[in-house]
Amino acid sequence: MKDLAHIRNFSIVAHIDHGKSTLADRLIQATGALTEREMKEQVLDSMDIERERGITIKAQTVRLIYKARDGEEYVLNLIDTPGHVDFGYEVSRSMRAVEGSLLVVDASQGVEAQTLANVYQAIDADHEIVPVLNKIDLPAAEPDRVREQIEDVIGIDASEAVLISAKTGLGIPDVLEAIVTRLPSPKGEAAAPLKAMLVDSWYDAYLGVIVLVRVIDGVLRKGDRIRMMQTGAIYQTDRVGVFTPKMLETDVLGPGELGFLTASIKQVRDTRVGDTITSERGGCAKPLPGFKPAVPVVFCGLFPVDSADFEDLRDAIEKLALNDASFTYEMETSAALGFGFRCGFLGLLHLEVVRDRLEREYEIDLITTAPSVVYHLHMTDGSMREMHNPADMPDVVKIDRIEEPWIRATILVPDDFLGDVLKLCQERRGIQMDLTYAGSRAMVVYRLPLNEVVFDFYDRLKSVTRGYASFDYQMDGYEAGSLVKMQILVNEEPVDALSTIVHRDKAEMRGRSMCEKLKELIPQHMFKVPIQAAIGGRVIARETISALRKDVTAKCYGGDVTRKRKLLEKQKAGKKKMRQFGKVEIPQEAFINALKMDG
Amino acid sequence: MGDLGASRAELSAADWRAGGFGVYVHWPFCLAKCPYCDFNSHVARVIDQDAWADALVAEMRHMRALTGARRAGTMFFGGGTPSLMAPRTVARLIEEADRLWGLAEGAEITLEANPTSVEAAKFQGYAAAGVNRVSMGVQALDDADLKALGRMHSVAEARAAFDIARAAFRRVSFDLIYARMGQTPEAWEAELRAAIGMAIDHLSLYQLTIEEGTRFFDLHRRGRLSVPEDAVAAEMYAITQSLAAEAGMPAYEVSNHAAPGTESRHNLVYWRSGDYAGIGPGAHGRVTRADGLRLATATERAPGAWMAAVACSGHALVEQTPLSAAEHGDEMVLMGLRLAEGISLARYAAVAGRPLDAARISAMEAEGLVERRGERLVATPAGRLVLDRLLGELLA
Repeated sequence: MKDLAHIRNFSIVAHIDHGKSTLADRLIQATGALTEREMKEQVLDSMDIERERGITIKAQTVRLIYKARDGEEYVLNLIDTPGHVDFGYEVSRSMRAVEGSLLVVDASQGVEAQTLANVYQAIDADHEIVPVLNKIDLPAAEPDRVREQIEDVIGIDASEAVLISAKTGLGIPDVLEAIVTRLPSPKGEAAAPLKAMLVDSWYDAYLGVIVLVRVIDGVLRKGDRIRMMQTGAIYQTDRVGVFTPKMLETDVLGPGELGFLTASIKQVRDTRVGDTITSERGGCAKPLPGFKPAVPVVFCGLFPVDSADFEDLRDAIEKLALNDASFTYEMETSAALGFGFRCGFLGLLHLEVVRDRLEREYEIDLITTAPSVVYHLHMTDGSMREMHNPADMPDVVKIDRIEEPWIRATILVPDDFLGDVLKLCQERRGIQMDLTYAGSRAMVVYRLPLNEVVFDFYDRLKSVTRGYASFDYQMDGYEAGSLVKMQILVNEEPVDALSTIVHRDKAEMRGRSMCEKLKELIPQHMFKVPIQAAIGGRVIARETISALRKDVTAKCYGGDVTRKRKLLEKQKAGKKKMRQFGKVEIPQEAFINALKMDG
Repeated sequence: MGDLGASRAELSAADWRAGGFGVYVHWPFCLAKCPYCDFNSHVARVIDQDAWADALVAEMRHMRALTGARRAGTMFFGGGTPSLMAPRTVARLIEEADRLWGLAEGAEITLEANPTSVEAAKFQGYAAAGVNRVSMGVQALDDADLKALGRMHSVAEARAAFDIARAAFRRVSFDLIYARMGQTPEAWEAELRAAIGMAIDHLSLYQLTIEEGTRFFDLHRRGRLSVPEDAVAAEMYAITQSLAAEAGMPAYEVSNHAAPGTESRHNLVYWRSGDYAGIGPGAHGRVTRADGLRLATATERAPGAWMAAVACSGHALVEQTPLSAAEHGDEMVLMGLRLAEGISLARYAAVAGRPLDAARISAMEAEGLVERRGERLVATPAGRLVLDRLLGELLA
């Protein structure tokens, strides 16, 4: 156990690509936590998909031993927080586990919306914040402008910002020194009953669930019987230790320390981020404030392309859920797609990450149906029910009103693109709440229905601003809206997986766009195929795919048979990627691409 | 022709498992490569006819060992340009085939020929060697288009060569290509009428296909060659069907038209999934062994490498792949539905080990794409027009 005065706990706040992981790597290297040989680029982002997307899903920590310029040895605990809006609650818990933050800003790019969201979390958690300007070796670096921007936009003093280049290692010793001299040491009572925060947890095939903890008061020891205050579950710790970043058993963690415990916990689901861990007997009286259960806000159906893969999909989803308590699933049957799962996610990125992992790690080809938000249906009998799936919409005469979730979105954008952003938000039923300038950049705050954002808003935003806009949002309550269920009929048959809930004013445009898209996405058949969008029984848009005119090989003799047979094999394989609806085959990508809007 | 003393019972299998048995010889050389052709052809000026004859004979003997004793109903010289073969070379190969397998009474022996005066001079020699049918690559009855197709003959020359062929052979067919660059349905109709006026009883009428690996493919991809779009090509196809039928030469296959009884028997072997021995560079074969296993064979494509392989091991086979029951069944359908006579569902079931999906057949029948005629299944004219897709639906 280290005395509190010689501990510093901190996180790094940064936008994607601004150099958080590289800086973390440099700090690990500079304090000799890993040898050169052990050093793999960006040690902290361990999952492939995380690495590819430059995002972190699980919080991780590393303990650094640093001999400061005052001659004393300090323990520096770095916590790497999840870096995306979908994981806002997880981020807030990680922030509560430390006392200070390094705010890393790219000296050429400046502050982004995501940086803002995280830095506000840090401010909410009463952090001391040390601004760090990265990439100052780049010719485009403008440290003075960015310093000014930090002061204007965030409102913190940036005059003593540390100038570094994480890539070249320039300024790294100054960062370490600033952590010791400018960040506060943690507070806590070793003699008090155990009170520790469950910061995050993940599943390890050998050790079971590994729980990342921050001890607030008291001492956590190997062999202790502990109680999770929210779930009430009792465990006995098998291992207690720290990450260096390798797991190192210390058998004891004192106040102010960050580390791990294992206690033969079988599923991540049994641990709740933000829960308070205490002793079974003589524990603390009150849990830590701020605990919230994870609530999925975006739902979609996941179906195997090949229905024979259903059991494999079930196994894969169960395995994935072992490590991700925020992801929910239940079996779903679609007339069009057969057996699959209705899954709930914290947000769109979370959805994409889970889908990618299922496809890549478990090699299952998936059909993803249109993402849907959770609607509140207020029925004429006074009851309220939640609807996760447009296919479940009850008879409209029984519905008094439908409420949909809204968000409060913050968008930072260079003013050249401001007009396009406003137009996009306006098209998506947005209501402008605020518009301010910081230098040549505008910060717009909009209230938007989540329904309008859930599908391709972020893609559209990136495209209209050529990638210069940054975006962040938080949930902002439910409101009644004029919402209707729009069905798509292919060759006169409704395809349930293409049903969506749309705003009445948008229905016709949306229906036309979907019919046009499907006309491109569904291949020609040997007969003509009508595609219709309908509300109730009324058709609001229609397109027709003409029948194939001619498709026959002119010359086919003895030398052509093998090649023709192989082409046929390919055709057969292609058909496996299609779904049959009555007589019509729809390619899997049509289900998601039909919903993308161009304007 | 003689039958080498093999027993009659063995040779009664001439109609090999109902598809017949034929011998194919590939002559890989051309004077120039045509810009639309993706066949295995190589430009060569000087060819050692005797060395090639020796090598082809050697490979023919190897194939005979593979097929066992059986009688051949047809023989076909394809290419390349087989009319570049010396008549004596052709004679040697026909003699050898007869010695090895025994060519059936009245066997059909076809040679593909270019309609130039040089080649026409050899027609008598081919006839004397035993060739009794020629198939001429006329391709177009329009001089400008012949040039664009890279052909070395003119319309007048082709007509003259055709007359010489008629005098030398009882059976003469010729090929035309339609849906050519800039061709209108009206222009094709006029040309087809002229062709029908010229024809005896058999015509092969192909839609121009832009094949990968040809000069036309490159031109087309770069937007420098435009061919009629599908709807127009479909119209030309319809014109072809009706005019040829009116003239007494209905389509017996997608692109082949003949008066009943004058069909190419050798090509029928392919479409009926019979057996065929493929000899020469890049030749494909289908051979059912005595134990019932059907092999897909293919030889080395490059003439030099083929020669070397034959010199070294008596054959240049690079592929002898056993076909599964399902593959054999697929081939039977994809070839057989090209024919107006269609396929035997019973024979399919016997070969594939299971019947064709009856529900799918019924669905397509309801669409007017196929028709059951007794125990046979045929593609209707509408179905044949989209046959490639239809096969995917039927067999996938």
